[in-house]
Amino acid sequence: MIRLFSLGLFLLAWQFGAMTLGPHHLPAPAQVAATFADEWRSGDMPLNLGLTLMRVLAGFTLAMIAGSALGLALGRKPALDRLLDPWLVIALNTPALVVIILAYVWGGLNEISALAAIALNKFPNAVVTLREGARALDPALDEMAEVFAFSRWRRWRDVLLPQLAPYFAAAARGGLALVWKIVLVVELLGRPNGVGFKMGMAFQLFDLPLLLAYALPFVALMVVAETFVLRPAERSANWWRRHGD
Amino acid sequence: MAIEISGLTKIFARVNGDGREVFRDFSLTLGAGKVAALLGPSGCGKSTLLRLIAGIEKLSAGSVVVPAKRIGMAFQEPRLLPWRSVADNLRLAAPGLSDAALDASLAAFELDGRGGDFPGQLSLGLARRVALARAFAVEPDLLLLDEPFASLDLALHRRLRALLAQRIAARGMTVLIATHDLDDALLLADEVIFLGGAPAQVKQRLELDMPREQRDENLTKLRTLAPFYPSSEGEGGGKSGSS
Repeated sequence: MIRLFSLGLFLLAWQFGAMTLGPHHLPAPAQVAATFADEWRSGDMPLNLGLTLMRVLAGFTLAMIAGSALGLALGRKPALDRLLDPWLVIALNTPALVVIILAYVWGGLNEISALAAIALNKFPNAVVTLREGARALDPALDEMAEVFAFSRWRRWRDVLLPQLAPYFAAAARGGLALVWKIVLVVELLGRPNGVGFKMGMAFQLFDLPLLLAYALPFVALMVVAETFVLRPAERSANWWRRHGD
Repeated sequence: MAIEISGLTKIFARVNGDGREVFRDFSLTLGAGKVAALLGPSGCGKSTLLRLIAGIEKLSAGSVVVPAKRIGMAFQEPRLLPWRSVADNLRLAAPGLSDAALDASLAAFELDGRGGDFPGQLSLGLARRVALARAFAVEPDLLLLDEPFASLDLALHRRLRALLAQRIAARGMTVLIATHDLDDALLLADEVIFLGGAPAQVKQRLELDMPREQRDENLTKLRTLAPFYPSSEGEGGGKSGSS
């Protein structure tokens, strides 16, 4: 209830701001909605929104899989961790823009370079989070599984994954927040379509209604993914903790 | 089919370079089908010996031959999987366990109706029972118990010890119990092995031929067999408990 009220207040403030500043500085909600409707009818909006979402999903998945694998390896093998840790620090501190430009320069202006750039930006975070997860694994449970001769599969499913689940969930949540911001820059710099490309166009034409018409549904989609997919996933990753007293 | 430990050396590495030697050229044979208690003060190497036999600790030198096909173990802490129910904790350790066998395993430790509980809902005493039920559920040839009653109050300690004595009597297998409690050793074991010193050595071996069911009333007499080892409960301690 209070959330709806808050949203209503936001729209009101926006309308008021638009009336004060004028349509050149801040288009009114109705104007943005009209632009959105136009874009939707022409098919531009579903196409670009869809393409961007696909890139978010692909880059995110790639980074999560590769980052988790390396993170687990580093957490379990201290020697490997000492060897690769400096690289990881460099990767973590390389600005996203540098990675994107390098990916396009080395790989050309194509979809593969774009996905690589998205995934590479998220990758070090996934590595660090899952490395923490692997370090936090309880050796006592490992020994128990060893004595009772758990099969490899059972060891993964019943001993390791439940301990790692909160770290996967945290990496996923943080990852989405990062990836959906980077994807727009990737599209702006080197793709002929997608929400980021449309925003670049809107910038060149100073077309604020177009910019907002693309920004708002994109933000809404990410909020929905966060609220209805990632947060519940994180809660269910920790469900057994609530069984305690 | 005895457990043969020969020439065992175990050194724990320390950060500053030199190691702590827990065993040096240590040898011990444990007869198959017997219940042996490893008795000694805390930190003398009992747990390490159990862990070496269980195969979860690496030896520095020597050999440990364990002919057992299936090992059941109860650790100092219950070590249950908190995200699995009590029943699933047993089933994971003993994959072939039928529903009837599961119920029997739980009932043997007075855990009837607890199968659906999660470890977080259990008191330490109950969690220890589940850990013991799990160790028995795998139908082991070799049962390793590492301080199975640690940090339980006296009444619970006795109740669980009585249950354990019944279970051990009901099922023939090699059992090795690590404990610092003389009474535990005297009430449960066929043989008490006194460990001491650093590196650890067998100080004495004591065969107990009194039938297990007669031992409770003869505990005071049994204690005189090991006058050199202090009893944690003291004289008359056998009368004050209740469960």
